[in-house]
Amino acid sequence: MPVIEETYDVVVVGAGHAGCEASLAAARLGLNTILFTISMDSVAMMPCNPNIGGSSKGHLVREIDALGGQMGINIDHTFIQSKMLNKSKGPAVHSLRAQADKAAYSMEMRKTLQNTENLTLRQAEVCEIIVEDGKITGVKTLSGAIYHCKACVLCTGTYLKARCLYGDVIEHTGPNGLKAANHLTDSLVENGIEMYRFKTGTPARIDGSTIDYDKMEEQFGDEKVVPFSFTTDPEDVQIDQVSCYLTYTNEKTHEIIRANLDRSPMYSGVIEGTGPRYCPSIEDKVVKFADKNRHQLFVEPEGLNTNEMYIGGMSSSLPEDVQYAMYHTVPGLEHARIVRNAYAIEYDCINANQLYATLEFKKIKGLFSGGQFNGSSGYEEAACQGLLAGINAALEILGREQVVLDRSESYIGVLIDDLVTKENHEPYRMMTSRAEYRLLLRQDNADLRLTPIGHKIGLISDERFAWVEEKRRLIEQEIKRVHSVHIGANEKVQTFLESQGSIPLNCGVTLADLIRRPELNYECLAPIDPERPRLHPEVREQVNIHIKYEGYITRQQKQVENFKKIESKKIPENIDYEVVPSLRIEARQKLEALRPLSIGQASRISGVSPADISVLLVYLESYDYKKEHNIE
Amino acid sequence: MYKTDTICAIASAMTNAGIGIIRVSGSDAIEKVDRIYKGKHKLTEVESHTVQYGHIVYDDKVIDEVMVLVLKSPRTYTTEDTVEIDCHGGTLVMQEILKAVIAQGVRPAEPGEFTKRAFLNGRIDLSQAESVMDVISSNSNLALHNSINQLQGIFSDQIKDMRSKIIYEIAYIESALDDPEHIDITGYGEELLPKIQEIIDQISHLLATADNGSMLKEGIKTTIIGKPNAGKSSLLNLLARKDRAIVTDIAGTTRDTLEEQISLNGISLRIIDTAGIRHTEDVVEKIGVKKAYDTMENADLILYVVDASRPLDENDIAIMEKIKDLKVIVLLNKTDLDPVVDADEIHKYLSQDILPFSAKNGQGLDYLEKMITDMFFTGQIMDSNEVFLTNARHIAALSDANESLKHVVESISMDMPEDFLSIDLMDAYESLGIIIGESVEEDLVNEIFAKFCTGK
Repeated sequence: MPVIEETYDVVVVGAGHAGCEASLAAARLGLNTILFTISMDSVAMMPCNPNIGGSSKGHLVREIDALGGQMGINIDHTFIQSKMLNKSKGPAVHSLRAQADKAAYSMEMRKTLQNTENLTLRQAEVCEIIVEDGKITGVKTLSGAIYHCKACVLCTGTYLKARCLYGDVIEHTGPNGLKAANHLTDSLVENGIEMYRFKTGTPARIDGSTIDYDKMEEQFGDEKVVPFSFTTDPEDVQIDQVSCYLTYTNEKTHEIIRANLDRSPMYSGVIEGTGPRYCPSIEDKVVKFADKNRHQLFVEPEGLNTNEMYIGGMSSSLPEDVQYAMYHTVPGLEHARIVRNAYAIEYDCINANQLYATLEFKKIKGLFSGGQFNGSSGYEEAACQGLLAGINAALEILGREQVVLDRSESYIGVLIDDLVTKENHEPYRMMTSRAEYRLLLRQDNADLRLTPIGHKIGLISDERFAWVEEKRRLIEQEIKRVHSVHIGANEKVQTFLESQGSIPLNCGVTLADLIRRPELNYECLAPIDPERPRLHPEVREQVNIHIKYEGYITRQQKQVENFKKIESKKIPENIDYEVVPSLRIEARQKLEALRPLSIGQASRISGVSPADISVLLVYLESYDYKKEHNIE
Repeated sequence: MYKTDTICAIASAMTNAGIGIIRVSGSDAIEKVDRIYKGKHKLTEVESHTVQYGHIVYDDKVIDEVMVLVLKSPRTYTTEDTVEIDCHGGTLVMQEILKAVIAQGVRPAEPGEFTKRAFLNGRIDLSQAESVMDVISSNSNLALHNSINQLQGIFSDQIKDMRSKIIYEIAYIESALDDPEHIDITGYGEELLPKIQEIIDQISHLLATADNGSMLKEGIKTTIIGKPNAGKSSLLNLLARKDRAIVTDIAGTTRDTLEEQISLNGISLRIIDTAGIRHTEDVVEKIGVKKAYDTMENADLILYVVDASRPLDENDIAIMEKIKDLKVIVLLNKTDLDPVVDADEIHKYLSQDILPFSAKNGQGLDYLEKMITDMFFTGQIMDSNEVFLTNARHIAALSDANESLKHVVESISMDMPEDFLSIDLMDAYESLGIIIGESVEEDLVNEIFAKFCTGK
């Protein structure tokens, strides 16, 4: 029987947030790319919360943008409310979060994909990967069609052998009732890939016309919206925003939940997958934090053209009747009608330790993966992995050096390093506390950190790169100037300081000294700084942050220097740990299993001690020496 | 983690005689030592490879009259800037100077670290590399072994307690940063301040007690064994110079193990006296014998006491069978009486060193002490830096933790946002973790999820 056979450079499986970034990156780098999706109507779908960004996730979106990815631009076009979180805290933890119009987000992304050269979209279920001599050569779809390729990126999200559960109802579907992908797992296992089974969940969507908003607190967006993308003109995002609402569970809610725990598949043992602790279902919260008599709920619109409201904070897998009963106890939801039930979803994913930091499988050349398939959770976590996987798939085909971001230069680097290096037993979520150098990895300087890398890859235009470099130069120049500007204790200065609620000077100081005072900043000192040049707001912001937190930033920069030293010590790919003398057995096994790319990565593997690292270092030095001198 | 910061160690033998050398290596070595050096010239201004005469002054106190050798990179052992302080020796003086150097922010070297640096910086060739490897790996095993042995008891409990308090605070702050709409921590610094002050006080107290050496029970684990009434307890008393074990002529008086901490030429020994080993039906004594065997297996060094006045019996044979592959010094005791056992006879069973001895009149004691010291410094029982430095490293880690906590206090007083507090708290947590050898990151994530209800 004749079958369809086509040939591409890159095959991307799954058109969620990871798959979209992966296929766009590959296509933009000039590679002939095909993107498979289970349904053309679910491209870049948001099956859970209706927002992009949030604490540390906002950082990821900024970094994706700085590297030339799409997510930031897409949300800037389709958001309906936006907030900068943690504004009262330090700049390192400021984080953007925008409510998305889900349908618009999806359609906008589909439009971008369809308008990208070298990129083909195809609705089909990929059932098999074809591997020859340890190298990917193609994929096969359910119809038997074969798509030959040089590289493949798996971004299957939560679809592999997915099943959705609430009460005793089990539906063998992916999220939102979409078709599950039931075949690919077997093909992966046949090719030696180790699978995990994870679980996550989502709350009910409620008909907004049945909600009594008067009983809830209205939550507005920021007055001045900051865009996600460095390429978006801030003027373009000053739109009319919609509101979210805050309400609470109460003892009555908790009573109902407790009385029906035995009917939850989580507690009856039906669910096998491991769920994320940071995203607990309401039944988990009630059980684990029994002393709390209420939990916050955020009621968020799903879009402008739907009346569905997302009940953030109340995901559940309790039966339908219990869901009705518990939602009805919440102020404002007394007469609520459910549009979609809350449910838990189980799916197959991989142990990401099987990947290099490039997101390529160690055992199968040319096979890459990203997103929830790698054991992460969240749209932003998925997108950034997809971007890197797509970039590296393309670079490998092009015969160019692949890109690994390290922990000192990006949250993306932290995320991928954690995934491929550490043991991960639940869907992995980004958190600012996971980034040890977070003072340097701010959302405000993502372009300074990563745009040169994006430019080198080929996803950033010369023009954009030139502006970032110009910005960097202006920042450095202004920091220097601010340190040298002397402010005398004259009458004008003293009056000014008093007007700002700041203590007058005893003697002369530099402008930098004044910026460091908690009640002052770079901007407000303009009246006593007549020589100040006219600078772009982004430059002024960087100067202010840099001066204000100089001591802390310098300390972290020192730590990074140490980190860089061991990170730059590469471990040869073909190293045989069996012949490295004196390694402890546990370390030997872990190193063999994980095959880290650098000494730095090796040092973060649990079970590898500092002494093992010393042994490895010495071995590598003599290894290099022997290689140089051709000694066996 | 591999670092290239400035490190220091006592480079000479830790004896009370002669000249002592403290070596400091790293990019800040000259500047750091200069801070505690008073002489005609500043060390930062002198030529490389010159000797300076002056004093080490710390805390307004002159510690010692010294000669200081300033060696600038790259013509040094490690190829880094190096300073060698030659002092008048004496364990106490050397330790005081080392402490003053550490107080300048210099880190105590890890075992073999100078050599390792020399090698990694290309100073040593390949032929030497293999031996360096041996040193490092054997040290790491010892260090591992050591740290487990050392860290029992109150000290580690206290560290753990402080750590759990700190991680709780970090987790609270971090969960709020992660989920600002659920948890509000504005103004939390004020609440945190007394809690941090309390931990600072606790650490300061530990540091104060560390000065008189009572912080840690550590040292080379030395076990005395032998059959009943061979003179084990007398040996312990002789070494410790006080009567602690019950010494009688009745066989089997030490029914449990006794421990004594002694300092031998500056080397710390933890001597354990065990019950005499013999085949016995006495239940209590049986337990003692079992314990003696257990202790023996964990020992760094075994002092096997043979009663030379009595012929070898099945108990001696049993013991020798057990120890033939261990690190042992055989003491042929009671040579003051008419010996019936000689070295040759023992050599049939054991290949280790044998020393004629009399616990009664102290004959052979000097030689025993010398043997132990030599074994120590030749690395046969432990690396020369190890014993002292594990202690010094703990002190350094405690000081670091204190420093970080003071940063927290400072940040609170400067009204810095809460996210800055958790960064220094984390550093403190990590420093304390070095002492008990525990890792960090997952701790925090676990704590956040366990203690605070966050998430969608």
